[in-house]
Amino acid sequence: MDIQGRKLIKIATAGSVDDGKSTLIGRLLYDTKSLTTDKIEAIERNSKQRGYDYLDFSLATDGLVAEREQGITIDVAHIYFNTDKTNFIVADTPGHVEYTRNMVTGASTSQVAIILIDARKGVIEQTYRHFFIANLLRLSHVVVAINKMDLVDYSEETFLKIKSDFDQLVAKSDFDEDQITFIPVSALKGENVTKSSTHMPWYVGNTLLDHLEVLEPQDLEESTVARFPVQYVIRPKTEAYHDFRGFSGVLYGNSLKVGDRVTLLPSGNESTIKGIHFFDQEIEEAAPGSSVTITLTEEVDCSRGDMIVKSSELPQSEKMLSATICQVNSKGLRVGQKYILQHGVNRVLAKVDQIEAKVHADFSGAEASEELRLNDIGKVHFRLSKPIHFDSYSSHKSNGSFILIDESSYDTISVGFIN
Amino acid sequence: MSNLFIPNPKEAESIHILREVAAQFERPVLLFSGGKDSITLVRLAQKAFFPAKIPFPLLHVDTGHNFPETIEFRDKLVEELGLELIVRNVQDSIDQGKVREEKGRYASRNSLQTTTLLDAIEEFKFDACIGGARRDEEKARAKERVFSVRDDFGQWDEKNQRPELFDMLNGKIHVGQNVRVFPISNWTELDVWEYIRTENIEIPSIYFAHKREVFFRDGLIWTANEHVYREQHEEVVEKWVRFRTVGDMTCTAAVLSEATSLDDVVAEIRQSTLSERGARIDDKRSEAAMETRKKVGYF
Repeated sequence: MDIQGRKLIKIATAGSVDDGKSTLIGRLLYDTKSLTTDKIEAIERNSKQRGYDYLDFSLATDGLVAEREQGITIDVAHIYFNTDKTNFIVADTPGHVEYTRNMVTGASTSQVAIILIDARKGVIEQTYRHFFIANLLRLSHVVVAINKMDLVDYSEETFLKIKSDFDQLVAKSDFDEDQITFIPVSALKGENVTKSSTHMPWYVGNTLLDHLEVLEPQDLEESTVARFPVQYVIRPKTEAYHDFRGFSGVLYGNSLKVGDRVTLLPSGNESTIKGIHFFDQEIEEAAPGSSVTITLTEEVDCSRGDMIVKSSELPQSEKMLSATICQVNSKGLRVGQKYILQHGVNRVLAKVDQIEAKVHADFSGAEASEELRLNDIGKVHFRLSKPIHFDSYSSHKSNGSFILIDESSYDTISVGFIN
Repeated sequence: MSNLFIPNPKEAESIHILREVAAQFERPVLLFSGGKDSITLVRLAQKAFFPAKIPFPLLHVDTGHNFPETIEFRDKLVEELGLELIVRNVQDSIDQGKVREEKGRYASRNSLQTTTLLDAIEEFKFDACIGGARRDEEKARAKERVFSVRDDFGQWDEKNQRPELFDMLNGKIHVGQNVRVFPISNWTELDVWEYIRTENIEIPSIYFAHKREVFFRDGLIWTANEHVYREQHEEVVEKWVRFRTVGDMTCTAAVLSEATSLDDVVAEIRQSTLSERGARIDDKRSEAAMETRKKVGYF
């Protein structure tokens, strides 16, 4: 819940070139009155200048000069809108094959994916890839918006054909059927986006917006074990707080409360939670997602990168790691190379032991490969300089993911999902 | 359990980001304008490090054309919280011949701030500059990262940004580079106002409706003042106005308003059909105004 008591829903959008994704988002903004008069005027002015005979809502989201010139979206853009009940954050990601990394990036902070399909084209290779990533990142829900229904005479038959094609993908994924919803829309005409369509009486489900509002997305990490990576040690060294030594961080997975018996990693020392602080409040129990400061009953050695967990729920601690990697930089990943591995706020060195396979991002299997290039996904084995304390990604998102940082450029070059 | 603390996700995220700055950088600084967004940042930083003090100074790049109410407020806040404040003046950059004062009808020192800012970064060797920019403000900002790497010249390379996965922040940089950090990237204008109201955060009086001498130009309401160029036919009138965003006088237009309390302001924002930056004269120069300024090192 945010400060106003609204629900917060984070959505990643994925679509191919020209399937009207920006128009769909523009329509959502327009219909929820999230576009202000000056922005609408700018859109009208620009649409007219370009000689369009309709309002080009995509101009509301395409941010950079290069995009406006080429008429495409080239990076993740964040868009915000709200209804009375819900705040939405949309990570708008482009659909070109070379931009897989952008969808992975956008989806990593999202709970729901909207995958767009052009009703005239149906399920295409891009659709496979988008759904593959939604599955890899284990998003909570996928909404398949079948767009441009106005151009196929609002045909139920077309809709059902696309749905049945898509259902074959669902069968290959880890998703349950009830996590996937199909909605026929026309973003341009505003049909089934926020208002029910009069042209598609055969569709009895919710409009896209109504559907998004009733979703109760559960991040995988929200119902699992508590993990508290120590981010920063607070020592005020003032009169009033002379002996205060607090460990700050974000709590993931489950709640922690005063009196919980905890283990510190890597030392293995045990202690008990003495206090949980949020600013000037003393808290009895903190829910996951809290940015809090914890004090312990014993004076124990603990610094940034360490992890506090319940003594009864220890994670795996290993120097060998096997993970699914998505390469997000043009620099390739090769056997024998060394990287800085950042797991949460902890950094160790990692060496690539083996690239087991390059995975086809369309559910068609895998092949042997020497190297993972930009936008490749692969299964990789690492050896680490020190053990890290992790869970599998499928059981704990935040404690099961990491990034690789290139030692010379310091760029983030890969994201990993621990098997 | 009854005493379960449920976080506000946006506040928790911002605190996480501020702690990452303190942990990953040697010389961070908070860019403070005296506006509501940087005031919100100060409150979030208090929360992030309590009961310790905020472990970095504030930097104000003063154009010399700021509203006196903002400066007064700044000095009071710094004193009350025991913060360290560094002020660097655009006037000095002008006197040193590094930048030239704009002339004429739309003259503003807004874009001159960049030079003064980059000089200050070099002078103090700041490696992280925390700013209050939000992605909902403007479309070029919608693509900004939370940790945004700038080169030796302060430039933003929007096509070559580091992807940010989950909440893992990569602040590793080379000597000479610095990072612009935006902890409230994901907040909207309404989020900020509702937060200020809930937390009862004090803000400069110019955010509330007051009587002011103004004149009208290009459909915007300009402050009538010695620093703002005005032609003879542009008649000065007294109106009830307030400011939605606070830059300096030459680039911030007022809006007609009778909102004198935080409740009124929040209600007004909710109903408003004009965007926040719609009253920013600096953004009206062209469709790509913000992107162009960001590329050369603007906030």
